[in-house]
Amino acid sequence: MGTTTKRSKGIFVPELMKTAFIDSFKKLDPRTLWRNPVMFAVEIGSTLTSVVFISTMITGKGEPLWFTGLVSVWLWLTVIFSNFAEALAEGRGKARAESLRKTRTEVMAKRLKKPDLRGEYERVPSDRLRKGDLILVEAHDIIGSDGEVVVGAALVNEAAITGESAPVIRESGGDRSAVTGGTEVIANSIVVRITSDPGETFIDRMISLVEGAKRRKTPNEIALEVLLVALTAVFFLVVINLRPLSMYSIKAMGQGSPVTLTALVALFVCLIPTTIAALLPAIGIAGMDRLFQKNVIALSGRAIEAAGDVNVLLLDKTGTITLGNREAVAFIPVSGCSEKELAEAALMASLADETPEGRSITVLAKQKYSLRVVELRKDAVTIPFSAVTRMSGVDIDGNAYRKGAADSITDYIRESKGVVPDDLDRHVKDIAQSGGTPLVVSKNMKVLGVIHLKDIVKGGIQERFQQLRSIGIKTVMITGDNQLTAAAIASEAQVDDFLAQAKPEDKLRLIRENQQQGYMVAMTGDGTNDAPALAQADVAVAMNTGTQPAREAANIIDLDSNPTKLLDIVEIGKQILMTRGTLTTFSISNDVAKYFAIIPAAFAPIYPQLQILNIMHLANPYSAILSAVIFNALIIPFLIPLALKGTRYRPMPAERLLIYNLFVYGLGGLITPFIGIKLIDTLIHMFM
Amino acid sequence: MHINVMADVVQIVVFLVILTLLAGPLGRYMAKVYQGERTFLAPVFGPVERLFYRICGINRDAEMDWKQYATALLVFSFIGFVATFLILMLQGYLPFNPEKFPGFSWDLALNTAVSFLTNTNWQAYSGESAASYFTQVIALMVHQFYSAAAGMAVAIALIRGIVRRKSDTIGNFWIDMTRSVLYILLPLSFLFALVLVSQGVIQNFSPYKQVRLLEPYTYENPKLDAYGNRIKDTQGRPVMETVTVTQQTLPMGPVAAQEAVKEFGTNGGGWFNANSAHPFENPTPLSNVLEILALLIIAAALPITFGHMAGKKKAGWAIYTAMMAIFVIALAVMYRAEYTGNPLVQGLGVQGAYMEGKEVRFGLGGSVLFSVSTTATACGAVNNMHDSLTPLGGMVPLTLILLGEEIFGGVGSGLYTMLAFVIISVFVSGLMIGRIPEYLGKKVEATEMWMSVIVVLTSGVLVLIFTSIALITKAGVSAMGNPGPHGLTEVFYAFASTSNNNGSAFAGLNASTLFYTLTTSIAMILGRFGPAMATLAMAGSLAKKKYVPPSPGTLPTDQPTFILWLVSVIIIVGALTFFPALSLGPIVEHMIMIGGR
Repeated sequence: MGTTTKRSKGIFVPELMKTAFIDSFKKLDPRTLWRNPVMFAVEIGSTLTSVVFISTMITGKGEPLWFTGLVSVWLWLTVIFSNFAEALAEGRGKARAESLRKTRTEVMAKRLKKPDLRGEYERVPSDRLRKGDLILVEAHDIIGSDGEVVVGAALVNEAAITGESAPVIRESGGDRSAVTGGTEVIANSIVVRITSDPGETFIDRMISLVEGAKRRKTPNEIALEVLLVALTAVFFLVVINLRPLSMYSIKAMGQGSPVTLTALVALFVCLIPTTIAALLPAIGIAGMDRLFQKNVIALSGRAIEAAGDVNVLLLDKTGTITLGNREAVAFIPVSGCSEKELAEAALMASLADETPEGRSITVLAKQKYSLRVVELRKDAVTIPFSAVTRMSGVDIDGNAYRKGAADSITDYIRESKGVVPDDLDRHVKDIAQSGGTPLVVSKNMKVLGVIHLKDIVKGGIQERFQQLRSIGIKTVMITGDNQLTAAAIASEAQVDDFLAQAKPEDKLRLIRENQQQGYMVAMTGDGTNDAPALAQADVAVAMNTGTQPAREAANIIDLDSNPTKLLDIVEIGKQILMTRGTLTTFSISNDVAKYFAIIPAAFAPIYPQLQILNIMHLANPYSAILSAVIFNALIIPFLIPLALKGTRYRPMPAERLLIYNLFVYGLGGLITPFIGIKLIDTLIHMFM
Repeated sequence: MHINVMADVVQIVVFLVILTLLAGPLGRYMAKVYQGERTFLAPVFGPVERLFYRICGINRDAEMDWKQYATALLVFSFIGFVATFLILMLQGYLPFNPEKFPGFSWDLALNTAVSFLTNTNWQAYSGESAASYFTQVIALMVHQFYSAAAGMAVAIALIRGIVRRKSDTIGNFWIDMTRSVLYILLPLSFLFALVLVSQGVIQNFSPYKQVRLLEPYTYENPKLDAYGNRIKDTQGRPVMETVTVTQQTLPMGPVAAQEAVKEFGTNGGGWFNANSAHPFENPTPLSNVLEILALLIIAAALPITFGHMAGKKKAGWAIYTAMMAIFVIALAVMYRAEYTGNPLVQGLGVQGAYMEGKEVRFGLGGSVLFSVSTTATACGAVNNMHDSLTPLGGMVPLTLILLGEEIFGGVGSGLYTMLAFVIISVFVSGLMIGRIPEYLGKKVEATEMWMSVIVVLTSGVLVLIFTSIALITKAGVSAMGNPGPHGLTEVFYAFASTSNNNGSAFAGLNASTLFYTLTTSIAMILGRFGPAMATLAMAGSLAKKKYVPPSPGTLPTDQPTFILWLVSVIIIVGALTFFPALSLGPIVEHMIMIGGR
């Protein structure tokens, strides 16, 4: 494992703040601001009150200058705070895009006529490479563009993309053939067939994604915006209605003055859901960014949202549920043989075995029976594993140690007229039935016993599946193992279901079946043969180490190639939706307090009786309205961290989660502004 | 008048229990009717239904997509409107007109036709002194069946949209209409009319009767000259003359038949101007309770029908519970306000609860229960003068109407408005648990949000726009009978009642002026067909979607948490929209009243 460079930074990094600060003024341009209709309405309101302020200044008539002035300032600040939130979220993406752009530096590629490592090449700038071109990449060359290794194998440093400093192997054929432009070959030479035209490479796409340049509103964002715009329209009418109401009431009571334009605009801005509308773009951008911090690139915001909604998770067994390799867990001697004897023989048979399985046998023998590892002497003859014999071993000091598959060893013993113990078969079957792999050990034509090799389920994976179950996500393990082995591992890892001896078409069928029942399916894949299933899945995560077809079929790419990432992706998807929901609730609950601040202030001159609604005991009508406006503006920067980090998500049943969020954001949203507005009002009076 | 609070509470509780017990079976029965299953009435009405389809050339298996369904509804409504308008204009030439009433003026005819077409039954005319028997029975009563059936049809179409999977069609408008009338409204109304007759409600086609008063009645009246001007004496005071009345005219008519469907179809358009306060419409305390039950029962049973058709009975009862919760809150607030009464009146030495505008035979409980029921549903029948209620007491019916008529609501329209609120609530709460929101397995996306906000907010938008216009125009203000906050409430109530298709009046406002007949007509049409069209569009969009089976991560929409959330959303949306208007109307009036000014 190499070290992963830390991508996460604090939210308020000074340099980012500075750019965001400048951008938040640039974003006042109505030509771009109209995309956020609610904030656009606030901008119009701010303009109106500014006009009122200026005309008051000139004519000297109307409300106190400090009042219209301060209301205008804080209304403008409301828009600027909103812009700042968006700019800050974008800024973090832009900073990353900048560092990515540096990797896209111009290199001279060696273009070949035919796929031959020793063929003739011409030097061309990398931005002139087209799909289908062949290039030669030698040690210490930068790969010019995205492509596929067609000849050879090489060590490639992909730190530029993944942040992983340990180089990886890329080779022709198989599932590790994809290379990315901008990465560097460290050793060996390869021939690469270019798979994308300039401007469409992986890095190009990443840059535009993290920059948010290509960001489109997701369907859920649009639906939420419908609600926000509708509420804004209704509140517009509510506020318009206030003027006739007050005019009629003045005529009826013979006192008071109509509600002023400044007060109307102030009430309007306070009532419309500015809090959520200001933070909505930031929530989406920041969600993408959080994924990026986890080294995951989502090719669309829609894919992340879909991830929050996944019902079925297809997981490859190897690497996701189990560690990559099997380990020896027990030595089971046949009758007439001691456990220690077996352990010794197993250790000797594995001396020359450098495979992880072989090493796990020596480790077990050493730990459990305190055997010392003997040096493999020069005169020892090692018998390597071969597909034909399906066994391996060592001949040393005239002793022949062997280990291998049960049938190969029994054949080997029977051929040499040895005796196979009666209870061997039972032990072998027992192990197989428990999902393990039996390895039979013999010494000099005598069977000593069986080594139990086992798939090691990753630590803590059961809890993770338990969490997933509790939020309604079903896990299905996919494996090429036989039914028996698969069932055993499935029950140990506590997945809900498994698919044994899975072929690519089986995966595709499984996804289709689940989708037909209305489920959202997520899967991870890396091989070319996974591509059809990836294309079918609702959330398709491709490993960055995977093949180009797999990467193209996916909508999320995991740069670390760590399949458990799917769980993080689900979590972030849910966080994005939750943050939207909780801030909407908070924003609307806030309105109640604002009414209690502004209505008595606006109407008490007509009906002094309405002072009874002034339950916050705000000092005077002007400071009441101003306090509500200031609170409404200030709540935006206060909530920026929440919008960028996302609402905390803890897996729990839906109803409990709803109760919790209603309590915090619903009830909290009801109470907070009463306190906040009162506090601001008190402060205003300390200074004015 | 002495009020026994315990007796009232017991009466109301028993009433609500009976309502709940009846809603279940009726809801199940209606589900069967709309799903085309055989019911116990099939032997009677089956042949009639089939004959009707044969005559009209309706194919029983033909299904409509939402646009065809909506077109059918509009065409049907338009024809009904034209027919009613013509009957009203030409009633002087038509039969069954013993009192020789002339035709309506064009604007009054327009207003009345729209009113009955839209299930509003806002009455800018006075039944017994303007409408002939022909008009009342053929134009108005027929509409009381059809407009109710149309509302039910739209609601059933929405239910089908939620239930069906990957389907283009949402049922057949003609069949839904026929079944609503034939299997539900007609049998219920027939039976109920008989019961009403037993209580003393009249049912005849006789000319109006002149009866001799038992006690002649004497009063003083200013003397008029030949031009109708008051004659004044030398000091400028009017000259008075004594008038003695010995006879009274009693209007007649087939009242029981209309009274029954007036309640069942949440129509509310009474035969008489006094509506259910009139002894010929609502003679006894028993008839009073039965009428309340009738006006609530179909609207209360429809959520249960929904639960059955959706295969999720608990979802139906959850909606019922949410409706009942707000209903009970409204009852409690209004009862308390009316029981506490008016300190100014009490200051004059009047003892007991506040009885102005209420009928003694119904008492406080019977009046409050009627007012809450008739405004919670979009019925609009009244058995007391809402104008005479205490400010806060009067605010309850007004608020129930402003909430959008979905606390049981109009038949059909109540359910679809409530379902739109459910969709909005589901959307926000679904987000809060981190899922793309869904309701009963259907994803809620932009189309559903658009349609739901149209359904939920149309009436509020209309109320705000029209009250603004009324308050700043001379035509609007001059028709007001009361000054100050109370006058404001009257105007507000008029537009709330018409935009939400309730039809009850606060009174005190001259609603037959051209300004009000036209503006309320527009409010009624948009308030009815805007949400209905949006509902059908939503039904069409939902029907096309695939079904997502529930999992532990799905928001449970039949649990107390969601019901509480739904109730909060309804109240908060209503409160935020109408808080300023309510504070300048009833609330400030209340403050002035307790302040003794």
